[in-house]
Amino acid sequence: MTVTTSSDANGNVSTATAQAVRETARESERQSRPAAPVTLAKALNTALADAMEASGDVVLFGEDIGTLGGVFRITDGLTARFGEHRCFDTPLAESGIVGMAVGMAMNGMRPVVEMQFDAFAYPALEQIFSHVAKMHNRTRGAVRLPMVIRIPYAGGIGGVEHHCDSSESYYAHTPGLKVYAPSTVADAYRMLREAIDSDDPVVFLEPKKLYWSKDAVDLDALRAAYDGGSRSGAPGTPHGAAQRAAQRTEGRAVVAREGTDATLIAYGPSVPTALAAAEAAAAEGRSLEVVDVRTIVPLDDETLCASVRKTGRAVVIAETPGFASVASEITARVQERCFHSLAAPVLRVTGFDVPYPAPKLEEYFLPSVDRILDAVDDLQWEA
Amino acid sequence: MSTSTDGESAVALDETARRFGITLEDYLLPTHGSIRILAENGEIRPVEEQGTAPGHEYPMPELEDLKDAYEALVVGRRVNDQNSALVRQGRMAVYPSSHGQEACQVAAALCLGEGDWMFPTYRDSVAVMTKGVDPVETMTLFRGDWHGGYDPTEYRVGIQCTPLTTQLLHAVGVAHAAKLRGEDTVVLAMCGDGATSEGDFHEALNFAAVFKLPVVFFVQNNQYAISVPLAHQTAAPSLAHKAVGYGMAGERVDGNDLVALLAVLRRAVRLARDGSGPLLVEAHTYRMQAHTNADDATRYRQDAEVQEWMAKDPVTRMRAYLAGQGALDDGEEERIAASAEAVAAALRDGLNAEVAPDPQDLFRYVFTEPTPQLREQSALLADELARTAADSSEEAAR
Ligand SMILES: Cc1ncc(C[n+]2csc(CCOP(=O)(O)OP(=O)(O)O)c2C)c(N)n1
Ligand SMILES: [Mg+2]
Repeated sequence: MTVTTSSDANGNVSTATAQAVRETARESERQSRPAAPVTLAKALNTALADAMEASGDVVLFGEDIGTLGGVFRITDGLTARFGEHRCFDTPLAESGIVGMAVGMAMNGMRPVVEMQFDAFAYPALEQIFSHVAKMHNRTRGAVRLPMVIRIPYAGGIGGVEHHCDSSESYYAHTPGLKVYAPSTVADAYRMLREAIDSDDPVVFLEPKKLYWSKDAVDLDALRAAYDGGSRSGAPGTPHGAAQRAAQRTEGRAVVAREGTDATLIAYGPSVPTALAAAEAAAAEGRSLEVVDVRTIVPLDDETLCASVRKTGRAVVIAETPGFASVASEITARVQERCFHSLAAPVLRVTGFDVPYPAPKLEEYFLPSVDRILDAVDDLQWEA
Repeated sequence: MSTSTDGESAVALDETARRFGITLEDYLLPTHGSIRILAENGEIRPVEEQGTAPGHEYPMPELEDLKDAYEALVVGRRVNDQNSALVRQGRMAVYPSSHGQEACQVAAALCLGEGDWMFPTYRDSVAVMTKGVDPVETMTLFRGDWHGGYDPTEYRVGIQCTPLTTQLLHAVGVAHAAKLRGEDTVVLAMCGDGATSEGDFHEALNFAAVFKLPVVFFVQNNQYAISVPLAHQTAAPSLAHKAVGYGMAGERVDGNDLVALLAVLRRAVRLARDGSGPLLVEAHTYRMQAHTNADDATRYRQDAEVQEWMAKDPVTRMRAYLAGQGALDDGEEERIAASAEAVAAALRDGLNAEVAPDPQDLFRYVFTEPTPQLREQSALLADELARTAADSSEEAAR
């Protein structure tokens, strides 16, 4: 499959999204009607609304998510539509938000909580590490915590101090947490629905810089595919269940762009950058495959390794400081599993090991198309 | 009030105060001293010495009720002492004893209805048992096992919690879910005096008050947090006074007086159930033994202080009261002692039995379904164990 969509100047437009759009269109056999552009924020908002409609157990709470609709407007309109008992503001206390969600989940609800910004989720870490991650284990499965912690995450929006961070490695390092990081509009919808339906707690990382990225996604087709054609909250048909299973994202990385010479592995905000790099490389005659990890936990070793075995070369891309990070883990795993197929060491392009930089320095920190292409050039091409 | 989850069940607090014929301030503030009904000699104190005030009156529990509570108290004392002995014998890894605090433990369980929840700490084993959890299951964590033993949803008892006050927020969440569904569940959320300095204590009280949730926060002030006396934790006039800042009523009660505890806690539970929650109850008591077996209390407190509290023992006091009421003859005492012995014997048997943990349990419950990575790791361990077993049987054959 070749990709025709090109990136914009910032490398932010998602070609993976474009591909997902095409897949969806094919699946739903609705190509006759061209889909209108949809933002990732709108997809998330729709997913929340659909999940709330599907189950009265789904409740949303957080800081400024009620009347205001959240500082990023992801919960826009949900209080008005579902009532203050379904989507509401809490006092300002992140540990309180997550701890209360634990109790609600213990008592039959499916809470979906919002942390206002990635770096403001840290007061909740004790609850997340000591209880959210461990409750199922320490009760030998008697208590499930079907809860979602939504976190606007990572950089690229020029956020001032404490408003941007790449915190995925903290969560991914903690056994018992699932960690999702969508990169496309279609996946944002599907993955949030899956996260809410999951009986395991999910840390749901929403790339801030992609909130307003748009793609021509047929949202209704996506919704129908997830709910098995039912928009009313009625249980899906068997056909619907099969459709949903086929679209499952958890533990399933996806090849966002096919290529033959090397594999770029990325997730969340780095996927569009990787796709832009692949596009630029193609112009120079190098065919790069891009794999979108989608769920960091559980990780789809198989798809990652299948791609690397095919191409023989790999670069892992992530915004997070590279030291002891998700990028290190992926690199190590690929190296362990694909050693005999590798023509070069697996390289990483990550953020530097520095505190998250101020907006004026952010561009030097974030993995860029050029830095990725430089890494690709270093993959020992001379025979 | 525009609070989002302000359901019909919540009652404006000034209305509650009016019902008691007092001002809101008088309703929220604790009375001048602790509520205390039974004197140390087991006699009912004169009304003017009970610490009550207009609007702060507490119906006296029935005698039959108190007899049952006394039995639980005797069992609780026996369990504490049995477990401390089991630790000394190496049959249990650790036991934070509530010796001296049994009246609080028993009252915490007996003030609740069947559908009500309790969120206990590591020190609240006797409360957990009194609420109906099997004694041996209750001690699972303290024997050093990796899990909490009982199913919290079956007994409506959270797993005994060690990260201080984190469980209070779970109590708030359970109450919130119940309220959203229109159920009349009450949740008792327990912590110690030192724990009131933690951030989650503040967040839990504030959330409960803002959302008007049916939670009773029950603080056992046993005077110490390991070695640190209460004066180093707070400059507040009492822990019960902290409630007022959140807009909830605070109460102080003699924590070695089972009669007063039952009276005060039952009223608090009733108010919470009727929509006037949350409330905070602080019980004054004393940790008669070291923090745990690993602690040396002589490094931070004087024996004279311990002796002083010995005279306030909750069990002796209750026994004297019931005997004085003619509710406790020798036969009855023997029956109660025998039932305490039976529980102690069950603990000895249960905790003496070796548990051979299944190493595969490491992987089984991390998620609802193990991830591919966990499956790989579980296979690795299984292979390792199989090879070890093969090696040792080869060795035995030689
Ligand atoms: C968050 C946290 N910090 C520290 C500890 C270690 N710790 C365990 S018990 C304890 C003292 C708590 O005292 P208090 O709340 O008065 O309860 P008590 O043990 O007296 O019943 C401490 C510091 C802990 N369990 N959790
Ligand atoms: Mg204490």
